[in-house]
Amino acid sequence: MLFPSPWKVGATLLTEIRDGTLINATAISLRRVLLGYSISLLVGIPLGILLATNRWAEDTVGALVSAFQSLPSVCWLPLALLWFGLNDKAILFVVIAGSLVSICTAVQDGVKNLPATYVKAAQTMGTPTLRIYSQVLLPASLPAVLTGAKLGWAYAWRALMSGELLFVSLGLGQMLMQGRELADMSQVLSVMIVIMCLGLMTDRVIFGSLERHVRRRWGMAK
Amino acid sequence: MASLAIRNVEKRFLEQDHRVYALSGVSLEVKSGEFLVLVGPSGCGKSTLLNIIAGLESPDSGEVLIDGRPITGPGPDRALVFQDGALFPWLNVRKNVEFGMRQKGISRRDAEERAVYILEQVGLAKFAENDIHSLSGGMRQRVAIARVLALEPEVLLMDEPFSALDAITREDLYVELQQLWLKRGTTIVFVTHNTREAVTLGDRVLLLATDPGRIQLEVKVDILRPRHIDDVNVARTAQLLSGAMRRERKNSQREVEADELDSSSDILRDLDTSVVHRSQ
Repeated sequence: MLFPSPWKVGATLLTEIRDGTLINATAISLRRVLLGYSISLLVGIPLGILLATNRWAEDTVGALVSAFQSLPSVCWLPLALLWFGLNDKAILFVVIAGSLVSICTAVQDGVKNLPATYVKAAQTMGTPTLRIYSQVLLPASLPAVLTGAKLGWAYAWRALMSGELLFVSLGLGQMLMQGRELADMSQVLSVMIVIMCLGLMTDRVIFGSLERHVRRRWGMAK
Repeated sequence: MASLAIRNVEKRFLEQDHRVYALSGVSLEVKSGEFLVLVGPSGCGKSTLLNIIAGLESPDSGEVLIDGRPITGPGPDRALVFQDGALFPWLNVRKNVEFGMRQKGISRRDAEERAVYILEQVGLAKFAENDIHSLSGGMRQRVAIARVLALEPEVLLMDEPFSALDAITREDLYVELQQLWLKRGTTIVFVTHNTREAVTLGDRVLLLATDPGRIQLEVKVDILRPRHIDDVNVARTAQLLSGAMRRERKNSQREVEADELDSSSDILRDLDTSVVHRSQ
């Protein structure tokens, strides 16, 4: 059955929730994506600020980042599998490879477009260099960081799904594949619905409220 | 309060493979407590000179001294007010004013107390907790001034701080700035391209000329304060400066003819203003 009825999909969804398979798979996938994404944020934001402010870093690491950006994250999977084996580490690596570069690039662009007078003003008020990074450049680039974080989240999620689809590893991606192998289209569709709902929730609840806060502070168009 | 000494400062920029003298052998003294205005057309190096005093740029040669000490980098003793205000949008008004004080190591409580006091002085006490974007252009520049006054700088540097404001707001700020200065007696170096603004504010106005950037004319203004921009004496003195600026532009390579300036000084004899020739 290639086009199951909405009722059938709903019923499948319900049973999958009841027997715990969907909850488990979601939990496993979320754990992976959150871990990888957090690492990407922790490394990507400072790296983006560094690349935007340091000429030498931009010429060396910056070129590498641009090169990596043209590489779809799933291309890292064969390498990751050889390095780490068939386990969570490989998936984590792919998630990081997918999101870090996009976060870094968005932050870098954002910091580069900041008014030069922010740093000059801080300097004339006697701010030491290290504190200019933490108290001026980091908060000033908050709108750019948010753009990067949103982009990074999308890439992290995509990378995770392609990783989970391509080899047996539990999680939502594998549930999708399992549905295909069993020719159970209602399972495939129910998992797709869950993925979309997760995306919608993070976009509205988490990023939505952050964006409202930044827009209010910065006085940007509503 | 402090005095400044600028001696033989040169600054070159490379522009399409040929050297442009942003500043060529500029020397001047700023007395302690003086209100000095640098005026000139764009490209005359007035902002470069201000940035050099601020320590944001360094001269290719020559020296800049504050109270006899050489300037090596930026510091809160020479705080700068920028044309765009350069306020931090992620902080509210009060925290913007506190920022510099916190860098100086002043405790949170003292900084807050002082910020509130200074905001009162510039008439913005009610807006202490507002976001920056909710303020008008004039209010923002008041915050920018409050932010640097909080640091009690020895020299206050101002880089066209009012040029993006509307005429009425600007006139209010001319009066306020003069009152603040009369009360505090801080040394001020103010940069503008507007000759009327220059004469309204300055004890002394230096006219800078372009390529090479140099001091062309010095005018001492003794008109009673607080001056208004529409004051007749202000207007006529400004006319003299604008005239000199225009002549310089016309025969940009030739020296300004001495007798032209001499006749201008005749007009000025009854204007509480005096012209000093600067030959370099």
